[in-house]
Amino acid sequence: MDFRSSDTLPGPRSEDILPSTAAAAVKVVIVGGFGVGKTTLVGSVSEIRPLSTEETMTQAGVGVDDVHGVEQKAATTVAMDFGRITLNEQLVLYLFGTPGQQRFWFLWNGLFDGALGAVVMVDTRRLEVSFDVIGRLEERGVPFVVAINTFPEAPSYPTEELRSALDLPGNVPIVNCDARARTSSRDVLMTLMRYLHSLTATPEHT
Amino acid sequence: MSESDQDWDEASPERLYVITGGRSGPSEHVVLDLVTLIVSRSPPQPTMQPEHVAIVRMCSSPLSVAEISAYLELPFSVVTVLLADLLADERVEARKPVPPALLPDVELLEAVMRGLQKL
Repeated sequence: MDFRSSDTLPGPRSEDILPSTAAAAVKVVIVGGFGVGKTTLVGSVSEIRPLSTEETMTQAGVGVDDVHGVEQKAATTVAMDFGRITLNEQLVLYLFGTPGQQRFWFLWNGLFDGALGAVVMVDTRRLEVSFDVIGRLEERGVPFVVAINTFPEAPSYPTEELRSALDLPGNVPIVNCDARARTSSRDVLMTLMRYLHSLTATPEHT
Repeated sequence: MSESDQDWDEASPERLYVITGGRSGPSEHVVLDLVTLIVSRSPPQPTMQPEHVAIVRMCSSPLSVAEISAYLELPFSVVTVLLADLLADERVEARKPVPPALLPDVELLEAVMRGLQKL
């Protein structure tokens, strides 16, 4: 059924329309500090020009430590860029990332609920910004892999050194990537899927 | 930009209040995820409010709630209120995201990997 009548109406461009058979969608969340390349990664694998959705944190923030004391007028808009990959006729993958302050992500109701997993993007020049994100994902039981976005000017460290600096369990994959390159970004997502696959095979994971 | 409603500050609380009729979240037990796919069941009706019409139009093919929010330039929570109305009136249907589980099942992961492999 097609009742689009004008190009000026909001909605996807004709080349961005999903097949009518699309029956279910899954999501992966890309997290990491400011400027680490999350939106770049989303853009390099997405089949649509990345879009942005937003949420205004008002009631959601009440009673949460981070915004304690500013309940009455606390309204923070958190924007998330996202992209899409049609995996097959039925299944669609959405990738969410945001250049915003990461602590607000965890206030966004449902962002991590039902997510397959997360990719933590790390800039080796600013490892410390990743601690908070990794801690929160671990608390929530969201499985994740770590992707080191290889900026030319950033120092490169042996994986095991990074693992110990980030205090990561031995089974959490750490991969290098170039977020600008489609295949490299795709490989990060493949690494996450293989990791999730390995977790399903070893039920004693925590 | 001929419509008079362009005078609104697009993000003003007043505008969002009017669009949702003052409601702040979906009623009933409608649980909409960012990636719930929405599909129209029938063409828009002249009696519907403009935001409902816009959603019904753009969902002639499946579209996620996140995409609807992006195209309408409305916050996610506002879109879920609008969608709850449309779902209650059976104007649209929701194709539920793969149900949250502690760990995704192997078949699903394999389907995702096959899809990624094609990129």
